[in-house]
Amino acid sequence: MASSLRRYGRRAVSMCRTRKPAFSTSCDDTSLLPQSGTSINLFSAINQALHIALETDSRAYVFGEDVSFGGVFRCTTGLADRFGKHRVFNTPLCEQGIVGFGVGLAAMGNRAIAEIQFADYIYPAFDQIVNEAAKFRYRSGNQFNCGGLTIRAPYGAVGHGGHYHSQSPEAFFCHVPGIKVVIPRSPQQAKGLLLSCIRDSNPIVFFEPKWLYRLAVEEVPEHDYMLPLSEAEVIREGSDITLVGWGAQLSIMEEACLDAEKDGISCELIDLKTLIPWDKETVEASVRKTGRLLISHEAPVTGGFGAEISASIVERCFLRLEAPVARICGLDTPFPLVFETFYLPTKNKILDAIKSTVNY
Amino acid sequence: MAFSLRKSKYVIYNNLKTRMGLFGITKNRSCWTSSPTHHHSTPIAAPFVQTFRNTCASFRNTGTLFSARRFESIKAGKQVLDFPGGMVAFTSEMSFISESPKERAHCYRVLDDNGQPIIHQNIVNEEVSITMYAHMVTLQIMDTIFYEAQRQGRISFYLTTNGEEAINIASAAALTIDDLIFPQYREPGVLLWRGFTLQEFANQCFGNKADYGKGRQMPIHYGSNKHNYFTISSTIATQLPHAVGAAYSLKMEKKDACVVTYFGDGGSSEGDFHAALNFAAVMEVPVIFICRNNGWAISTPTSDQFRSDGVVVKGKAYGVRSIRVDGNDALAIYNAVHAAREMAISEHRPILIEALAYRVGHHSTSDDSTKYRPANEIEFWRTSRDPVTRFRKWIESNGWWSGEAESELRSSVRKELLHAIQFAEKVEKPSISNIFTDVYDIPPLNLCEQEISLRETIKRYPEDYPPNVPV
Repeated sequence: MASSLRRYGRRAVSMCRTRKPAFSTSCDDTSLLPQSGTSINLFSAINQALHIALETDSRAYVFGEDVSFGGVFRCTTGLADRFGKHRVFNTPLCEQGIVGFGVGLAAMGNRAIAEIQFADYIYPAFDQIVNEAAKFRYRSGNQFNCGGLTIRAPYGAVGHGGHYHSQSPEAFFCHVPGIKVVIPRSPQQAKGLLLSCIRDSNPIVFFEPKWLYRLAVEEVPEHDYMLPLSEAEVIREGSDITLVGWGAQLSIMEEACLDAEKDGISCELIDLKTLIPWDKETVEASVRKTGRLLISHEAPVTGGFGAEISASIVERCFLRLEAPVARICGLDTPFPLVFETFYLPTKNKILDAIKSTVNY
Repeated sequence: MAFSLRKSKYVIYNNLKTRMGLFGITKNRSCWTSSPTHHHSTPIAAPFVQTFRNTCASFRNTGTLFSARRFESIKAGKQVLDFPGGMVAFTSEMSFISESPKERAHCYRVLDDNGQPIIHQNIVNEEVSITMYAHMVTLQIMDTIFYEAQRQGRISFYLTTNGEEAINIASAAALTIDDLIFPQYREPGVLLWRGFTLQEFANQCFGNKADYGKGRQMPIHYGSNKHNYFTISSTIATQLPHAVGAAYSLKMEKKDACVVTYFGDGGSSEGDFHAALNFAAVMEVPVIFICRNNGWAISTPTSDQFRSDGVVVKGKAYGVRSIRVDGNDALAIYNAVHAAREMAISEHRPILIEALAYRVGHHSTSDDSTKYRPANEIEFWRTSRDPVTRFRKWIESNGWWSGEAESELRSSVRKELLHAIQFAEKVEKPSISNIFTDVYDIPPLNLCEQEISLRETIKRYPEDYPPNVPV
C-alpha cells in the first residue's frame, strides 16, 4: 500500500489518511437526509443524480462528448440504455456547439445537461456561456430564458494531468452575472447539489472535482434529494481563524486544520459550494467570530476567486480583522506536470499560513 | 485500499490517453494534408495545378470508367475499403479533389431582372403577393425613417435592411407562426410579417417602458415570445447552435414546425456556424439556415472572408442539403424556403439556403461604407437590382397593383410610423429597478445590496443621472 500511495505524492497520501472526515458531509446535512444510502464514490453519486434527473423529468437530456457509452469518467454509465439514445447522446467534439445546442434546448423549456469532458476544454464555449447563456433572460426582458441549462465539467488537479487536464477555471465564470457556479466537495454533496443545479431556473456551470471521482467515498442516500444553492456550510467549527474553500481543496484544508489543532489553533472551515452568487453572510459571520481569514484554491492566486472573497470580507469586517487575509492558492503559472506538488496549495503551505496569520 | 487506488489511477490514465489519442490522430492527419502555402501557386506551378483540376474533372465525368475500375476492385476483393460511413473505393490514380468547381453553384430564381417569371409555376397567390409587397415597402419606409431619427439624435443606433427586403419578407411568408426564428440582426422584416407593430418596433428603438427588452439593449435588438422570435444579440452566429438545440426539441416533441435561423456571409466564418451545421446534420433536426450573402461584413468583402464558392457549398461538406437562391427575387426565396420547410419537417433534416444579395445600406449608423466600396457599386445594386422594385413589376404586370395603391400605402405607413415614433419618444423609460431584475430568476443578495447603494447615490447626486429614467 505504501508504495502505491507514494505514486500519488504527499497529497494523495494525506488525503487517504484523512479521507473520512475530509469527504464526509457535515452532521447538519446528514441529519436532514435519511441514512438509507450505500457507500459510493463521487462519479457514482453524479451518475445517480443524472438517473434521477432523467427519471423525474421527461424533458431532461444528457449530452456531450463520449457520454453515450458512459463518459470517460463513467459519470453517464447506463443512462443511454435506460433512457434511450435520444435523451442521452454523444455530440461532435465541439464545446461551443455543445453549449450553444444546450442553450437552444433549454430555451425551449427542457433540462439540458451538457458535459464538457474536462474544464480545461471549456474555453471554446466561453462565448456561448458568457454572451449567450448568461444574458439570455436579461436581454429579452425575461421573455426567454435558458435556465434549464447545466454544464458539468471535471476540474482540478489529478496527479498527472499537466496543463490540460488539471485546470480550475472557476474564476473566469465568477465574473459573469447571469450564471451560477457550483462545486461539490463529496459524493453526497455532489448528488444533492447537481440535482439542485439541474432543476434551478438559471444556467449553471457545475465543476466536478475529478480527483475525487473515485477517491472520495461516502454514504449517499439513494433517494431524490436536493441541497440548497448559494448557501455555504461550516463543515468544521473553530474560533481562531476561518478557512474558506470549495471542492477537492477542502480535504487538504481539513488536514491543515487537524495539524493546526495539534498546535492549539482552532480552525473554522467553510465550504462555499456556490461561488456565484455566494453566501457572504456565512463567511462574514465566521470572520466576525474568529477575526482571521484564509482562502485556498487550486487556481492561480492572481485574479482567483479568493481575491473577491478577501476584498468583500475586508470591506465588511475591516475593524474586526486581526491579521491580513491569507490566500494560499496555485502559482501564477500554467499547471506544470512534474511540478504539480510544487504548484499546488498543499497542506503545509496552508498550515504555515494559518500559523503566521494567527501569530500576526 | 491500495488496490482501489491503483485501479483509479489506471482508469484515469487510460481516460487521459483516450483524450490524448485524439490529439495524436489530428497530428498525424496534418501530415496527409497539403501545406497551405500550396494555395499560392507560382507561375511554374500553375499549369500543374491546372492539370490537376482537369484530372479531377475527368475523374468526375467518366462515370463508366470509374464504375469499371470499382468493379475490378471489388472483383479483386481487396480494392474497396469498408470504412465507417460506407464503402470507399481505392484508386491508383493520385487525384486531389479540386479546391474550386469548374462552375460556381447555380442560383435559383423565378423572376428575371424585369420582374417577369422565367417559369410559370407560382404558388404565391394575389393576396399573399400583395401582402408581401406591402411588407417590403413598410420595411423600406421603416428603415428610412428610423435612420433619419438616428441622424437627428432621437435614437442612439440603427441598422437598415435595404437590399434584403425580399429575403426578410419572402422567407417569413413561406413559414408558419409556429416555426421558431433565431435571428441575427438584419431580419426585422420577419418580425414585421409576424405582426410586430410599428409601435412595438419604435418602443424597442427608444428603449422605453413598453420595450419588451426593458431598455437594456441597443436599438434593433428586437425579440418577441408571442411571435416566436428569439431576442437578438449583437454577437455573430451564436444563434446558430441555439437553433439546432431548439430544433432538437421540436423533433423530440414531434411538432409540425421547424426552426429558421439567419446569418450573414461574415457569420459563416465563425466557429458557431461550423458547429451548428455539423450538429444539425448529426442530430438530424428540422432547421433551416438562411445565409444572407450580401457581399459585405462591415467593410470586409467576401473575397477577404472565404475562398470557397460562397456559403452554399459548405453544406455538402457537413452533409446538409443546400441551395443558392437569388436574394433579390422574392418568389425564388419564397419557393426555396417553402420547399426547405417541407423537407426539414418531414425528413428531419437541416437545410442551408444561401441568398445572394447586396447590402445597399451602410453596415449601421456607425458606418460610412463609401470609405471602402465605390458609390457607383452601391448605386447599381440600389437601382438596377432592387428586390422591391422587381417584385412590384411582377405584381403590376399581373394587374394586382397600381400607382394609386402604391402612394396610398406609402403615405399611410409613413403616417403610422411617424405617429409611433412620436409616441414612443414620449413614453417614459423603464425604472431603474429593471437594472437588477432578470439577471437571475430571483435577484440574489449582492444585487439587492447594489440596488440600495445605487439608490442612495442617486439621492445624493440626482444631477448625475438622466432625468427621464424613473428611479
